[in-house]
Amino acid sequence: MAKTDFGPPDYRTMIPPVIAKNYGKWSYHEIPQPGVLKHVGESGDILYSVRIASARLISTDWIKELCDIADKYCGGYIRFTTRHNVEFLVSDENQLQPLLDDLKARGYLVGGTGNAISNVVHTQGWIHCHTPATDASGLVKAMMDELHGYFTTMKMPARVRLAVACCVNMCGACHCSDIAIVGIHRTIPRINHEGVAKACEVPSVIAACPTGAIRPNPKLKSVEVNKEKCMFCGNCYTMCPSMEIADPVNDGVSIWVGGKVSNARTAPKFSRLAIPFLPNNPPRWPEVTDAVKHLVEVYAANARAGERMGEWIDRVGWERFFKLTGIPFTEKHIDDFTFSPTTFRSTSQFRL
Amino acid sequence: MTDSKTPRLDELEKGAWPSFVTEIKKAAAKKANSQDLLDQLELSYKDKIGYWKHGGIVGVKGYGGGVIGRYSAKADQFPNVKEFHTLRVNMVPGFFYTTEALRGLCETWDKFGSGLTNMHGSTGDLVLLGTTTENLQPCFDELAEKGWDLGGSGGGLRTPSGCVGMARCEFACIDSMDFIQEVTRHFQDAIHRPAWPYKFKIKCSGCANDCAAATARSDFAVIGTWCDTLKIDQNAVREYVKGGFNIDALVVGKCPTKALEYDSAKQELKFDAENCVRCMNCIDMMPKAIKTGKDRGAAILIGGKAPVVKSAFIGWVLVPFMKVDAPYAEIFDLITRITEYFDEHAKSRERIGELIYRVGMGNFLKGVGLTPQPQMVSAPRANPYIFWQDEEVVKHG
Repeated sequence: MAKTDFGPPDYRTMIPPVIAKNYGKWSYHEIPQPGVLKHVGESGDILYSVRIASARLISTDWIKELCDIADKYCGGYIRFTTRHNVEFLVSDENQLQPLLDDLKARGYLVGGTGNAISNVVHTQGWIHCHTPATDASGLVKAMMDELHGYFTTMKMPARVRLAVACCVNMCGACHCSDIAIVGIHRTIPRINHEGVAKACEVPSVIAACPTGAIRPNPKLKSVEVNKEKCMFCGNCYTMCPSMEIADPVNDGVSIWVGGKVSNARTAPKFSRLAIPFLPNNPPRWPEVTDAVKHLVEVYAANARAGERMGEWIDRVGWERFFKLTGIPFTEKHIDDFTFSPTTFRSTSQFRL
Repeated sequence: MTDSKTPRLDELEKGAWPSFVTEIKKAAAKKANSQDLLDQLELSYKDKIGYWKHGGIVGVKGYGGGVIGRYSAKADQFPNVKEFHTLRVNMVPGFFYTTEALRGLCETWDKFGSGLTNMHGSTGDLVLLGTTTENLQPCFDELAEKGWDLGGSGGGLRTPSGCVGMARCEFACIDSMDFIQEVTRHFQDAIHRPAWPYKFKIKCSGCANDCAAATARSDFAVIGTWCDTLKIDQNAVREYVKGGFNIDALVVGKCPTKALEYDSAKQELKFDAENCVRCMNCIDMMPKAIKTGKDRGAAILIGGKAPVVKSAFIGWVLVPFMKVDAPYAEIFDLITRITEYFDEHAKSRERIGELIYRVGMGNFLKGVGLTPQPQMVSAPRANPYIFWQDEEVVKHG
């Protein structure tokens, strides 16, 4: 039997010598060009990190190609970022330009640093998830084909973090992104009573409902859904496969804006609803890519230097946000869940 | 013109952004299961619906987690993805790899799986996407021989994850990579044999920029900070200003507590240390001139999570400041107290943030042996519904 419980490989065996030497002793960094970080150690040592975009879903063939590049220019070390980018770590300055030339020749996008749209944190979607309302990788590809010019430059007022979640479970930090794209259902689960009775734990299904919309049906050893209370989250389906909720005609995508995770300047904040529904229109989701591009452009045109999307909206107000973007404000935008009163306006201070 | 079986996905091979479809096709050239994955996905694109069933319980010997069972709902059409399970491999903290280690991993995955991966999954694991039940054990055996262990899944501790920290960041106030490695090693049993009411995530960022998004998405967030004052090099400040840097707009005006003021006559950045909330903005903007304090540790925030069930929470301050130095005895003890409380009191599928919301922060603090601090709240309560205990009132009559 194999050994167990030994944990992750020791990072000390995985870091390049320049990092081992300057560990905890870096002095400052600069971004000499988009996609290139220059870290300077107290020792005077310099490390360049060259960042490229990745699809996140990648083949062993591509990993091996990355390894070839890292062997050639980086002494056999490579790093990935929390946003799925790849970083080549260059300690020999003479290797920097040849590496950049090589990456360009291969058609790779160098960027994702500073005031850019970095790579998109996203989920599995139709590729490998059992509860998706949309695909994630396809949405990312379609959006970033439009927006990659903002990945390879640093022209945004501040950094812009995009995320895609294929359902409201929101794997990843989707709910605190500058722009979050979230797959949603809009019709109630279809109950297969026989299946519920056979395979599902009724109390758990009832407990899984955030709005208390599910009640037992003892006669059938199953459950019923109160249509008035159901807001289509699909959590019951997560608990019970006999409560199918996916609906190819009515599932789609919602767009949320203004979240952030950093504490810099302002506190971390949730993304808030901008567009309640856009259709699933694969393979390129044109309605979604247009909407995201529009949001990015209105933000870029109106925010001040250093302002994240949520900070810009806080300054100009949500009422101005809806005016500037031309997005209709509807009853769907007004919270009606647990903490809704905290979002109602309790002052006569607002813009008309 | 084309007789491709996947016209919709082919469309996603066009354009500048790297294509996941191209990646699936590379794997499909060698692996029948990746070809079936591609064809099933094309059907999803046509029908606008996913075709994966709920996972069954699969795994490897000695482990209760780390493998996610996945079965095709269209196995009759796509028999090679009838079973297409995921192995969550514990990544190297900070996501650093030698090419030798990665090649070894690829070799094993080419032998036993689809040849497709996520670098990395949302939680941080190195995700190996797609193999059969039969191949799970031999695949893991070979991975383990090469030094790769599994990550977490289910109702237990999930694979801890963090930022790059001291390895390549001058902002790091704690050694986030080392802490993540050691906390992962210390709590192996809780990761590999999930026995808690629900998942529990630990993430660590070396500073308040929180590049690991720990506060937003982990039950227990460790955020590096300092308890003395930040350090300003006035000469370096002048260099920034001389170079045309707009210090008033980008630093002074952005300081959340108005703790900074630039005296342009004296060319000096004045600093009200007691009002600093250590947000990192001035340091981010002028990394050559302003440095973090020297007496470093971390703030602990509790309860961060995504929406389901009760609501999304951004973590709440639990410990305003504590030292986080190897061998990490104090913070491991805190994690143990909290997870024991969680194990004992949470309902099935209730995250710790939801548990705290249900029982009240005051009760939770008592339960885990912490004392209330004003840093824990944005404001004290505004309602008079206070719980008084028997021992707090005078017994009479």
